[in-house]
Amino acid sequence: MALDAQSLFAFSPLHRLQWEEAQQRYVILYPEGLVELNLPAAEILKLCDGTRDLDGIVSELETKFETTGLRDDISELLQSALDNGWIRQIPRQ
Amino acid sequence: MVGSDKFPVSSPRWLLAELTYTCPLQCPYCSNPVDFARHKDELDTEDWLRVFSEAREMGAVQLGLSGGEPLVRQDLPILVRHARELGYYVNLITSGYKLNEDRIAELKNAGLDHIQVSIQAPEKTLNNYLAGTESFEQKKEVARLVKKHGYPMVLCVVIHRQNIHLMREILEMAVELEADYLELANTQYYGWAHLNRDQLLPTREQFQEAEAIAQDYKEKLKGKMKIYYVVPDYYEDRPKACMNGWGTTFLTIAPDGLALPCHEARSLPGLDCPNVRDMSVHDIWLHSDAFNKFRGYDWMKEPCRSCPEKTKDFGGCRCQAYLFTGDMTAADPVCGKSPHRHAVFEAIASARSAAETGETKPMVFRNTKNSKSFSG
Repeated sequence: MALDAQSLFAFSPLHRLQWEEAQQRYVILYPEGLVELNLPAAEILKLCDGTRDLDGIVSELETKFETTGLRDDISELLQSALDNGWIRQIPRQ
Repeated sequence: MVGSDKFPVSSPRWLLAELTYTCPLQCPYCSNPVDFARHKDELDTEDWLRVFSEAREMGAVQLGLSGGEPLVRQDLPILVRHARELGYYVNLITSGYKLNEDRIAELKNAGLDHIQVSIQAPEKTLNNYLAGTESFEQKKEVARLVKKHGYPMVLCVVIHRQNIHLMREILEMAVELEADYLELANTQYYGWAHLNRDQLLPTREQFQEAEAIAQDYKEKLKGKMKIYYVVPDYYEDRPKACMNGWGTTFLTIAPDGLALPCHEARSLPGLDCPNVRDMSVHDIWLHSDAFNKFRGYDWMKEPCRSCPEKTKDFGGCRCQAYLFTGDMTAADPVCGKSPHRHAVFEAIASARSAAETGETKPMVFRNTKNSKSFSG
């Protein structure tokens, strides 16, 4: 599925994003499996709560980390998250 | 040595809790030990709650509630609730037998994340024959209810010679039931399946045909259904990386509290597995002889010891090595480099001959009566 920058991004109800103290990292949990996330991926996926589109996520993270030029990386990660079924796109009404 | 620089011990990720050996089904490939009838003394609720807490503290995050049939445990909602509060992703691995809508809702409310329903075959007569019970229609209803209550739905079908010709029908059934995941698990030949191997092991041609169909659907259903295909290792040239390496990832607790590095390890003689009644999960994982026995590479013999692939497959499966060679430190005989490879070919030939002539022993179903005859 192609990424639609105007959609709102929401985390999949069939997956769980969770901080793991023992591993000191975020993981995605799903039936009989887990994916360990690096910090940037976790920061992006945490913002997929159904209220933000691509611009929203980019500006939030560029502000938080006091930087610019994150758009391509974020868009790439969202595309891969979409392909893996970790997030959903909700078209704006 | 434990914790040495040479082979550091990782923390467990997966806890498989076999809550009971009781099961209303009689599948002839069951992964429970053939002498399950002798192990009656089940852990109580308090024991399990403690085990869940201790393993979680060690780093376990995936929890499989299995059996036997875990639904026969009346304390299941209590166990689920505690596990979820600890932060586990809680998987219920069930036949679905007698699972009704109230119970499905109750478990959801307790925090259960996922229900995996096993179906034996995509048609009633064969399903009920293999399960040894009238269960087909009810299982399909359970699959629908699982979906309705917002769980990810995982359908598991164990594949063998009695149902492998129905691969397409199995996949169509999964589509019809809107499974999110389909696990096509080729039978692994231990325990009951080992007893029934001549009746269960498909021919190479059957495997190839079935695998091609599964691959075709995998491509077709991309993005809709994930298909896990567990390979039939007898027809491979390299062994499976059994349990992702001994004592690296998986911890199984049997119904009577025995802690096992894999759910078949009970069959290894002299392994002396510890019990959670006597030892904490922490000590079991780090300090017990059983969990340290095949960690790292020092235990290996040739051809494993000097094999460049040992870091990838860990010499394969210890239980399979023992079953074929009587030596649990031997290379897994499915490996092309194993001097015992011929034994696997003989097993394949024996099953093929049974398939072609139709002359097989009667199937030994997994039930208490049969188990007692193996319990000495």
